[in-house]
Amino acid sequence: MSVSLPSLQRRRNFLQKIVFNVFRLAALINGLALFIIVYFMVANGWRAINWTFLTQPPMDSMTKGGILPCIVGTLCLSIGAILIAMPIGVASAIYLNEYARPGPLIRVIRIGINNLAGIPSIVFGLFGLAFFVVWLKMGVSIIAGALTLGAMSLPVIIGSTEEALRAVPDTYREASLGLGATKWQTIYRVVLPAALPGILTGTILGISRAAGETAPIMFTAAVFFTPSLPVSIFDEVMALPYHIYVLATAGTEIEATRHLQYGTALVLIFLVLGMNLIAIIYRFRLRKRMQ
Amino acid sequence: MANKRQITERTMRILFFVVASASIVMLFMIMIFLFMEGIPIFDEVSVKNFIFGKYWYPTSEPPDFGILSLIVASLAVTLLSALISIPLGILTAIYIAEIASKKVSEIIKPMVELLAALPSVVIGFFGMVLVAPFLQNVFGIPTGLNLFNASLMLAFMSIPTICSLSEDAIHSVPNSLREASLALGATHLETILKVVLPASLSGISTAVILGMSRAIGETMVVLMVAGGAALIPISIFDPVRPMPASIASEMAEAPFRSAHYHALFATGIVLFIFTFLFNIVADHIAYKYKQVGEATL
Repeated sequence: MSVSLPSLQRRRNFLQKIVFNVFRLAALINGLALFIIVYFMVANGWRAINWTFLTQPPMDSMTKGGILPCIVGTLCLSIGAILIAMPIGVASAIYLNEYARPGPLIRVIRIGINNLAGIPSIVFGLFGLAFFVVWLKMGVSIIAGALTLGAMSLPVIIGSTEEALRAVPDTYREASLGLGATKWQTIYRVVLPAALPGILTGTILGISRAAGETAPIMFTAAVFFTPSLPVSIFDEVMALPYHIYVLATAGTEIEATRHLQYGTALVLIFLVLGMNLIAIIYRFRLRKRMQ
Repeated sequence: MANKRQITERTMRILFFVVASASIVMLFMIMIFLFMEGIPIFDEVSVKNFIFGKYWYPTSEPPDFGILSLIVASLAVTLLSALISIPLGILTAIYIAEIASKKVSEIIKPMVELLAALPSVVIGFFGMVLVAPFLQNVFGIPTGLNLFNASLMLAFMSIPTICSLSEDAIHSVPNSLREASLALGATHLETILKVVLPASLSGISTAVILGMSRAIGETMVVLMVAGGAALIPISIFDPVRPMPASIASEMAEAPFRSAHYHALFATGIVLFIFTFLFNIVADHIAYKYKQVGEATL
């Protein structure tokens, strides 16, 4: 052997040190990317945000005023989407996790869910346009947008609910069945209450995902400008993400409305990241308690 | 009494099954409606000319409906973004799962999740107002809205997918394998590279494919940042027009059920087929090489 053992050992340790620092750097870059984007939006956007901005509709052909209709529209769309997706998603997850036995049927359903999760958001938009807006004659409306977003959130809700159901120990189910309860009674009285916090976390994440989406609502719900707030689910609405897109690309005075664009982006980030942060912290405490 | 319970029981079971099929039904409806609105374009152009036609001038007279440049653009942004997102995503996953202390990983993991939660329109906006002028100045190019910028933004959208799925895969490698390797005198690094990574390869491949699938279907970023020129790119600083961008920007102007409208739906079909294939492959790998205990390694 030409190299003595200790020096070989040193080389291996040295190499390990270098490579581990490369790994660390990669993780750092991700954190940095998040930080830079958020910092940049806050630094440029905070001055635009004041009471008028949050409580007034746009004025002077969108160059002044606020974004109240966008906030209201985004809340309507995302909450509507979850009201549609949650019952279906939770029930699907219950079937997959509690009732179904392994087999080709379950495999087909899982492939379906995975593929639904992988469909591009713009394809959901096309589907929403062809099916809800045109075929079901809903027109460009809150209900059409919420249904499109709901279809898109379905896999997210199913995934997080399944995770919550899996976290319920089997001993709970066995104890309930052992006392003579039926399967449905066990699910309804024992499993679901135990899984509820996890399901709610998933729901919050679902709402935040729906709130930030633009492509699915472009053809189904969102419009450039409406003078009034929506009064029915068949009204068209303004929405925060679409408002950013329109002001940043299609407005006649892109530079003049820059501060409004930053402000709108900041409100959207605040809304979405805020909900995510709540869900993450909540889940973190939940997992601690489980252990 | 018992009878009534049995009836409830059976009813609930069937009810849940019906609801669980909703995802499949939805998937089929999406396919049906895409095809219903997209197929009519093939009365005007052949499938071959649609897919391999180099010219996309949907509004000129007579119009040209060839989406080759859009397909090439989509593939180009996806591959270029994968060059950035795959190493960054996998390295971060290894760092979180194998190297970082519990405290550090509990900080980094939520950060990656928050990165995933950033709305795509915000990332697109960021690419437009900050990254584009920066690239323009640094590289002295005519426009910062180009293939490279879009790929960079897309990379940070697919990193969270690649990272968290890879991390799951690395986590599922049994500890006894690591212990065996360390006991034989391998360093921590050698254990990671020669034992842990090979053992989690199928999971990591699935993660990479799903990450790329996310990149090819992402709309707002390519709509705002890619530049929008329907040309086959020669350099990475050329502006491009990937398929989702074309659909999103033109649908509002396309007259209802015109040839243009049908052509955009047909573009949607092509996009759908791409992501569908990505997902089927990912699913196949995940299922075939599913880890069942240590015996399968």
